[in-house]
Amino acid sequence: MSALSSLFVREMKLATRVGGGALMGALFFLIVVTVVPFGVGPDLNLLARIGPAILWIGALLATLLSLDRLFQADRDDGGLDLILMGETPLELVVLVKCLAHWTATGLPLVIASPVLAIFMNMEPVAIGATTLTLAVGTPALTFVGAIGAALTVSLRRGGLLLAILVLPLTVPVMIFGVSAATAAVQEPVPFATPFSILAALGLFSMVLGPIAGAAALRFAGD
Amino acid sequence: MRLIDYANPTRFLGLSATLLPWLAAVTAITFAVGLYMVFFVAPADYQQGETVKIMYIHVPFAWLSMFCYMTMAASAFGTLVWRHPLADVSAKCAAPIGAAFTFLALATGSLWGKPMWGTWWVWDARLTSVLVLFIMYLGLIALQETIEDPARAAKASAILTLVGVVNIPIIKFSVDWWNTLHQPSSVFRMGGSTIATSMLVPLLVMAVAFTLLFLVFHLMAMRNEILRRRIRAMRMIEAAGAE
Repeated sequence: MSALSSLFVREMKLATRVGGGALMGALFFLIVVTVVPFGVGPDLNLLARIGPAILWIGALLATLLSLDRLFQADRDDGGLDLILMGETPLELVVLVKCLAHWTATGLPLVIASPVLAIFMNMEPVAIGATTLTLAVGTPALTFVGAIGAALTVSLRRGGLLLAILVLPLTVPVMIFGVSAATAAVQEPVPFATPFSILAALGLFSMVLGPIAGAAALRFAGD
Repeated sequence: MRLIDYANPTRFLGLSATLLPWLAAVTAITFAVGLYMVFFVAPADYQQGETVKIMYIHVPFAWLSMFCYMTMAASAFGTLVWRHPLADVSAKCAAPIGAAFTFLALATGSLWGKPMWGTWWVWDARLTSVLVLFIMYLGLIALQETIEDPARAAKASAILTLVGVVNIPIIKFSVDWWNTLHQPSSVFRMGGSTIATSMLVPLLVMAVAFTLLFLVFHLMAMRNEILRRRIRAMRMIEAAGAE
């Protein structure tokens, strides 16, 4: 257990110090949301309607961009080989690395989203709902993305391939995240239905991601 | 005779060489029968007229897009669990064929949709999930092409294939849900059970014919891949000896 907690502390230190790039994702998120009105026009009603979707797409892209750092740095400095040879189960290592990665890069996105939602002219209820769905949904994106990060770890410039591999798998998270966020303000569907499915997807990917990611890392080490 | 006895690539090459001409002949005969039935026996639909004949290639393509993925998943299981040396050859060779069938299913569906629905594309649940499947095929091919070492490429794509198998039902479910939320079903659909026998029989014959065609292509691609790997190994031995 102490090995895992010290791993978490190490990951957080690496991410927050110079060169860690933890807040780069949040900055990218800000830029994506800023660029959208230039594309669709400054119509505030339209922005309010598509706001949850824009925030979700921005968060998805920001998460994808930071994912290639998940195992790459450890492979470059040889730390990954030590982890592979260690006694700690690799699945738990991947889980802890994902949690640390989400705390460093995903949580800033969730914290930034209420501020960016104001740019999108969203109502208070929609802002709350979108932030809540992002808080539940972005860990799922990180866990699914960990599979892609582990598969492409041995490749130079694997970032684009990672996005291609991971994006189809994030379709369900995206659908239920945006549905729950819009259901909070629009009528026919209750908020709880898509939100609980989103939470279920999060828990499911929390199991699938570490298992598949650990398998991929083992084979990459061969 | 167990499955592992076919693990020897030389034995596989010999067996497939004797099997292929027969399989190709059966495929050609089935196609001849199927196409005859489609064009001369099967009636034109009272609503859709002759355009209904697109169905006889569209439905087999759609069926094969799933069948190819299942073949790849079984091969991926064989790669990871039994380390069967031919399993990764099978998985690698099925991917481009599956991608081609999925693309043809989308393309023929689009051609059929234009006269029927008045548009090339609708964000219908079924179309959208097939599109996601197509993207997953392309991702798998990209992964296989990017990793240089065949053994490592095989293991990486096997993991991704199995992750895809777990995820495809979830994607299908979520796309269905998304579609019913946004767009109530406004699309003409042919129910499987309501199809007339005069159309069902040609459709089944065509489905069998295309499945046989897949087997022929798959065996041929596997033979090529084995030979390609042998050439690669020979070149590496030669390069090592030249030092």
